[in-house]
Amino acid sequence: MNPSELQQYLDFAYIAAVVLFILSLKFLSSPKSARWGVLAGEIGAALAVVVTLFNPEVVQYKWILIPLIIGAGVGVPLGLVHMTAVPQRTALSHAFGALSAAMIGIAEYYVGTAPVTRFQMGEIGLEVIIGSLTFTGSLIAAGKLQEILPQRPIVYRGQNIVSLSVLAAALGLAVALVVNPAHTLLFPVMVVIALIFGVLLVTPIGGADMPTVISLLNSYAGFSAALLGFVLNSKVLVVAGALDGSSGFVLSVIMCKAMNRSFTNVMFGAFGQVQASAAAGKEERVVRSASAEDAAAILEAASSVVIVPGYGMAVAQAQHKVRELYDVLTKKGVNVRFAIHPVAGRMPGHMNVLLAEADIPYDRLIEMDEINGDFPQTDVALVIGANDVTNPAARTDQSSPIFGMPILDVDKAHTVMVIKRSMNPGFAGIDNPLYYLDNTLMLFGDAKQFVGAIVRELSGNH
Amino acid sequence: MPADFMSNLYVFILAGFVGFGLIKGVSPLLHTPLMSLTNALDAIVVVAAIIIAGRHETPLTTALGAIAVAASFSNMVGGFVITDRMLRMFKSPRSKQQ
Repeated sequence: MNPSELQQYLDFAYIAAVVLFILSLKFLSSPKSARWGVLAGEIGAALAVVVTLFNPEVVQYKWILIPLIIGAGVGVPLGLVHMTAVPQRTALSHAFGALSAAMIGIAEYYVGTAPVTRFQMGEIGLEVIIGSLTFTGSLIAAGKLQEILPQRPIVYRGQNIVSLSVLAAALGLAVALVVNPAHTLLFPVMVVIALIFGVLLVTPIGGADMPTVISLLNSYAGFSAALLGFVLNSKVLVVAGALDGSSGFVLSVIMCKAMNRSFTNVMFGAFGQVQASAAAGKEERVVRSASAEDAAAILEAASSVVIVPGYGMAVAQAQHKVRELYDVLTKKGVNVRFAIHPVAGRMPGHMNVLLAEADIPYDRLIEMDEINGDFPQTDVALVIGANDVTNPAARTDQSSPIFGMPILDVDKAHTVMVIKRSMNPGFAGIDNPLYYLDNTLMLFGDAKQFVGAIVRELSGNH
Repeated sequence: MPADFMSNLYVFILAGFVGFGLIKGVSPLLHTPLMSLTNALDAIVVVAAIIIAGRHETPLTTALGAIAVAASFSNMVGGFVITDRMLRMFKSPRSKQQ
């Protein structure tokens, strides 16, 4: 077989892989067919990898096979992490994807055979900058989610000016390289500055904004792969990168809408600073608290209960106890459903995964827009570790930093019960008027223990 | 402007619209597995990494290629494994009774 004939066969295999990738995402539209999506993706990916090994440009295999084995050795444990660790694992995989794209772009620059043209230099420069900043930015995000780094926003005066100047410096060097691609010394400087910008980009962002940040980093990682496809003239990379990039972009838009904020506000808004004034000027107000026994009696008398989970449920690892509560109430004939806010947790869909892991059927997990109309007919809304997404100030108080954000209307339920450690408003510092309403009962304690205590009360009196 | 660039741009724009359409069809229920699946698909950059490492041009490019192969292949393997694990957990009411 001559090389150009072989190249045609390789191209056919890549086209087949692209078709399988698109089918893979298509299958994901329903939970019933979703696992077929994984299979389609796996076949496409395996096909593409295997045929690439026959590419005539490949002349040695040692430094392909060893990294493949290492990659599988790292990838399998990262695929088996506990479900509560999925957000940081996802951030880490954005970092790996971006690292890979950046490394290949850098290698393309240093390939000695043909000097890069100015046009190629522009593509490589942009690709390497996006890949590098996504790499360090995703590492910082993973560190925050793993709580190696502080989750609160780290902010200082003039931060945006410093960050934007660093980005401008990286872009300026890229332009200088386009003018003269032979400035080989400028290239590593540009890479280092882009890496620094990634750190500066994500450090000021707080834990509550992580769903948007993870989605944006997903989008950057995808678009850097697509740009790499332009550099290497590889259509399969252009398509896979465009699919991943548009997926991250769509998710970012959904997350931003769910917080009533713009991209620029998330990336450069330094959310933490805004609340300082809001937290001040708080007067003493009365809250009513209740015991597990009281809560159990109210739940038992209810005919419809909506549970609102939040990041606090994930932190307390309370999802399995929540499942027990779901079981015991369902057995007593109570209609129990879960209200899922798009930004509950630390990444898109975080709560759904945790509750599915705890064996709660997915038809009980209801999106915000679908369940909000049902709250006035709901006997009990039980809030577990969620705060801002239930804050009625978002509807009414124009001075609130979260005014305009779509929320779950739990305050419209006949009775609201909130499981919370204490009245401490947490690092976001936004006071929640929900806690002071007449129909609200505060259940103070650890989410896991408190739900466990309610379950014991409920199963005790048959 | 090189001809390759124009044809890649066509492909990119069309694939982007296909992506928007497909992702909008994914239920918010599955947004976490969606992200891990697209991550695994994006790891197809491993094919470019294999070629860079396999060309064996300079020690530097081979090393960069090798790192890229390991990083992207770990994403590919890990992404598919965790996506499948997550999707197995999403049980319909009927399958729970069985």
